Amino acid sequence: MTAASGLAVEGPAPERSAPEWVAYLKDAVLAALVAVLLGLPLIGLQTYDIGGGALGIRTHFDWVAITAAAVFAGRLALRLPQRLRHRRERSRETAFARLAAWARRRMLPITLAGIAFAVALPFLPFSSRYLIDLGTTVLIYVMLGWGLNVVVGLAGLLDLGYVAFYAVGAYTFALLARDLGFTFWEALPFSGLVAASFGVILGFPVLRLRGDYLAIVTLGFGEIMRIVLLNWSPVTGGPNGISDIPRPSFLGLPFARSAPEGVTTFHQFFGLEFSPDQRVIFIYFVILTLALLTNLFTLRLRRLPIGRAWEALREDEVACRTLGINPTNVKLSAFGIGAMLGGLAGCFFATRQGFISPESFAFTESATILAIVVLGGMGSQMGVVLAAILLVTLPEFGRAFAEFRMLIFGAAMVAIMVWRPRGLLEHREPSLRLGARPSST
Amino acid sequence: MTSLPEGRQPLLAVEHLTMRFGGLVAISDLSFLVYRREITALIGPNGAGKTTVFNCLTGFYRPSAGRLAMHVNGQILLLERIDGLSIARQAGVARTFQNIRLFAGMTVLENLVVAQHNVLMRASLFSMAGLLGLPRYRSAERAAIERARHWLDEFGLTERADWAAGALPYGAQRRLEIARALCTGPALLCLDEPAAGLNPRESAELNELLLAIRAKEGITILLIEHDMSVVMGISDHIIVLDYGRKIADGTPAEVRADPNVIRAYLGEDEAGTLSEEEVFTDLGIPRAPC
Repeated sequence: MTAASGLAVEGPAPERSAPEWVAYLKDAVLAALVAVLLGLPLIGLQTYDIGGGALGIRTHFDWVAITAAAVFAGRLALRLPQRLRHRRERSRETAFARLAAWARRRMLPITLAGIAFAVALPFLPFSSRYLIDLGTTVLIYVMLGWGLNVVVGLAGLLDLGYVAFYAVGAYTFALLARDLGFTFWEALPFSGLVAASFGVILGFPVLRLRGDYLAIVTLGFGEIMRIVLLNWSPVTGGPNGISDIPRPSFLGLPFARSAPEGVTTFHQFFGLEFSPDQRVIFIYFVILTLALLTNLFTLRLRRLPIGRAWEALREDEVACRTLGINPTNVKLSAFGIGAMLGGLAGCFFATRQGFISPESFAFTESATILAIVVLGGMGSQMGVVLAAILLVTLPEFGRAFAEFRMLIFGAAMVAIMVWRPRGLLEHREPSLRLGARPSST
Repeated sequence: MTSLPEGRQPLLAVEHLTMRFGGLVAISDLSFLVYRREITALIGPNGAGKTTVFNCLTGFYRPSAGRLAMHVNGQILLLERIDGLSIARQAGVARTFQNIRLFAGMTVLENLVVAQHNVLMRASLFSMAGLLGLPRYRSAERAAIERARHWLDEFGLTERADWAAGALPYGAQRRLEIARALCTGPALLCLDEPAAGLNPRESAELNELLLAIRAKEGITILLIEHDMSVVMGISDHIIVLDYGRKIADGTPAEVRADPNVIRAYLGEDEAGTLSEEEVFTDLGIPRAPC
């Protein structure tokens, strides 16, 4: 009886799962095969110097076999408890979604807490020069992310050359300081203006382009800018860059141990002991202010007709035209304002580093900024902050793992895209509401 | 043309309009009048060139030949000479599309406010006054929202004002697109198949709505439609196109009785063997008493 009932229970189960088993095995074998193909040249063959400039080849087929076995087992392990895994994934997904929804409801307190934390950061007990420096870097990327968000997130124009405007801003300040003796505060508006004009200049030729085509042209523009900076040695200093860029002063009070005759330094004026940390903290507050102003500015613009026109352009350009909205003006204004914000960030970057060279404005910077915007969730201001913190600090934490840090970084990016494919905080807040809720009427 | 009532004023005169795409003649020598405060329907079999007429009117295409004269404030504006943006702004021609083109990610209210972009942009002094939050801009924004609210009420969309436009049911999206066009304050509203995809109840509601717009706001409507219940029910004036040529022009009753129209819809041979009654039953056209 018991045996029969046991059979009856077990009977249908393997029958139903047998094809699945075969499929799993096939899948795992296929994955292992791919691993072997990839691994043969990458892992299996190693060149070494046999003296006299000649190279010998060592083979490590055992390693290839181990890799293939690991891939086989791993793939099988991934597929095996499929149902269990699915459930866990779903719960994780809802957990993320719930977190995002919670953050959305509590947007104001979270924002205020975040700002309070950012302001207090330099004075917290665990704070250090390293931490403040890291905070400054994060804030530069936050500002760049917010700037690029205008172009990519709001206007929907995929810009892969954003770093060009960052470079224009930085070089504008560096050249004004070197040749005309401008200080940081005097040069800041010019950096923004010059970058904005470059944005409009780039905007003109790409007016008719969208999507992939626009991305390629902007990518080219970014590279052209870098190559010009690299080769126009008489002006830009070529690969040597420009050094001795003046540091920012606090209302005309420089941060220095000793000042020339007639100039009061910051620590003398306030009767403080001189410490190099004062400048680091001051620079941190400068970028914090710039970033917050950027945020206020873009949030405000979003609620204005121009911001809504950007979003309308992203949604449907043809419909825009029939409503009498001039797509040319809308695109140019998005490019111009995005570039201006990038230029301001560049000006700050130059004064913070004290030295700039074309190396700082490579394509990877554009990619990082774009990744921040996309990972954060297109158009989400808070998402940009989160993504910037993640993208800047993750490689820093990874330092302990030395050469594996890029691997960890990549894995984290993949994880985000698997669980939050539309960005960490994808949510669009309407620019205006009617106010009358259906429930209240 | 014989039974036109007295005192009709033309708003738009299409004269000898021809549109060629390479060797293909999409419209040839088309002339018709759209009268003020009337609902004019443009009908014809698929591929007759109806949407091409709209695209010429709204500046998407530049006509190969002919004149599109719009009467604006006692002046005549030649639409074929100005670009699409000026057509929307100066001539006051607004349109909807056969395949709905809303700003899907934005809310219903935002869609209607975007339509008032040019007014608001001037009020915000190209964002300067808006950035500073000056009262001048704020009152303009309130006025824009009021105007949007007026059309939301009219089209029964107030309840869903804060929904994403893309999340609306199909019929509501159609209505929203018309409301958005109306928010530009047009003199001539061009609707490209407004009843496509609507169920009979919805298209009956649409009829009421269009009649109400015409009565209350005095807006002239030019529409392309396949749904004969809409065309015959509300049009004052029908123009029938076939292969880019006008084959009939007149009141619904006149057009319905026109042998050319019957031939165009059914083909040459059958026309002789079927009565007019049978043809319209086949086409699903209710015989309105006339």
